[in-house]
Amino acid sequence: MAAVLASIVNLNEPAHVVHWHFFQMSVPNLLAIGVMLLVFVLALVLPFPGAARRRAAEAQAKR
Amino acid sequence: MSAQKLEWKGAYAPYDLVKELCIAIGVMIALTVVLTILFSSPDDRPSTIAQWSRQIPVGEGGFVPTALSELDGSSGTAEYGPPYNHAADGQHAAFLYPQKWLGVSHPIDTAQAYVIEPLRTVPNDPALQSALATYQAAPEKTQKEWTDAYTKALEKASVEGNGSIKVPAGSYGPVPVMMSSLLALAQSGGLEGSLLTSNQFFQTDYTKPLLFMADGGLLEKRAEAQHLLGEQWGMMNETGSYPGQSWLWLYTFWYQIEPFSGSENADILVILVMSVLSLAFVAIPFIPGVRSIPRWIPVHRLIWREHYKATGGGPLNPPARAAP
Amino acid sequence: MSVAPPPKPPGGDSSKTPHGDSWTVRAREAAVGALPPEKLLPDGQPTYVASWIYIFGVATIAALVVIVGSGVILALKGPAWWHDTGVGHFFNSIHMWAVELFFFTMVIHLWGKYWMAAWRGGRARTWITGAVTFLIAIPAALTGYVSQQNFDAQWISTQAKDAMNSVGIGAFFNTTNFGQMYSWHILLFPIAVVALVVGHILLVRRHGVVPPFELEQRRS
Repeated sequence: MAAVLASIVNLNEPAHVVHWHFFQMSVPNLLAIGVMLLVFVLALVLPFPGAARRRAAEAQAKR
Repeated sequence: MSAQKLEWKGAYAPYDLVKELCIAIGVMIALTVVLTILFSSPDDRPSTIAQWSRQIPVGEGGFVPTALSELDGSSGTAEYGPPYNHAADGQHAAFLYPQKWLGVSHPIDTAQAYVIEPLRTVPNDPALQSALATYQAAPEKTQKEWTDAYTKALEKASVEGNGSIKVPAGSYGPVPVMMSSLLALAQSGGLEGSLLTSNQFFQTDYTKPLLFMADGGLLEKRAEAQHLLGEQWGMMNETGSYPGQSWLWLYTFWYQIEPFSGSENADILVILVMSVLSLAFVAIPFIPGVRSIPRWIPVHRLIWREHYKATGGGPLNPPARAAP
Repeated sequence: MSVAPPPKPPGGDSSKTPHGDSWTVRAREAAVGALPPEKLLPDGQPTYVASWIYIFGVATIAALVVIVGSGVILALKGPAWWHDTGVGHFFNSIHMWAVELFFFTMVIHLWGKYWMAAWRGGRARTWITGAVTFLIAIPAALTGYVSQQNFDAQWISTQAKDAMNSVGIGAFFNTTNFGQMYSWHILLFPIAVVALVVGHILLVRRHGVVPPFELEQRRS
């Protein structure tokens, strides 16, 4: 019980489940997979810092 | 593509790998601490045989019907086959019988392990010891008549206020005395220890009590409430509303569709399919087509867009580029 | 006043001593030859390393560090500790969330490496060690789940036993044997995972980060 009180959000109730034909997935798992896909896309599209350093290195290498 | 052709001879920018690792570890610690403070982790208390015998003494998945099936050899464990006994060959796929080939490595005689031996340890009960002696001395045919009759009777059983089992009158031999005593032993909590430490004082192998409970209905009832059953894609799930093992999605998927879902050999078939797919996953660099998809579907244009903008996407090491 | 030179260590300068039969010298030269210090710990990366996708490898390593660290603390007090105290439960939670993050980052890392076809240019072994790490991490997690000594462990062990038994593995890998599962979980699987990860990282350092596709090339 102490452990349950210690968390801010109580996740100890059975999960909600998404049903579609024979497909069944718990909402927490769907969320985890969804966030994974989102983070993957973000990692691809967000600019990565250090562009100036890389351009300087390229310029240096050309000399 | 040979290793030589893919060696970068172009520019290197400063990149602090050790700092990156330290930052990553710091971020991971912070993330796990935040998730812990927000959500903690699940710890549903284990079921015990005592609880099972008190909550479901009779009826479907009940303690007494299950104990009786262990005695007469009709329980899941009794009919399992290797590694517990020779009652069946176990699962197979075509000519492959690995379950049978690997043999009985963890022998369990269910009648002895779950009924006879625990009852023998009950002290100061001459009626019980006499019932046990009567049962063991009887021919197999007679034992089966008693257990079959009592199994049928248990379908109409109820538990009295004093804990005894009430069934319609019939010819059950010493079986009712044995089952009542076993139920009392279980409800007192004594059966747990008896099953665990029957061979030696120190024990870390919970196979016997776990198989017994799995033959009954309490674990399954709790599992269903938590969406952990096979047909609920339970392999991926955790108790409560916690994320579980989402990486097992493909593994559990096969169990949901034919021919696996209706097969007695579902486990070995699914493992064979997943073994082939896992090998293919490891061998992607060598599989024509699969290894070329990244070239055809240019996600890489996003990843390397800065490089392509600077170089036009031409040869990796153009002749005009001076070596660093 | 002249000072005597310090005595030479046995073997000394390998260029002057015959070392054909010294395993130590051969091992050292092979290691240093494959991975000289500036290659083992470079302070620069090719300029095409310019995407957030590249951080997911080190993120996976970081998650593994937290898994092992929290695992060590859990092991210090034994397997029942986390049920009995708030501190124990805290570290169990850290361990569980680190495992979720480990698989999260490893899968994203894997997706990134697939779309880069990162096995090109003699890097097949890098892909293979990574893929095997993923596959070994799954039973490593399973042994953890069945070592929890709670209802989840009861259910998972009695279910998983059927899969193990069906292929004969159950004869020597018993999910309902807590002692065995705990031993595999805290010792054998961590050794395997860490060894694979170290091999994987050394291969990345040896071969470098895979260069971009050349855009006009259409053939495999």
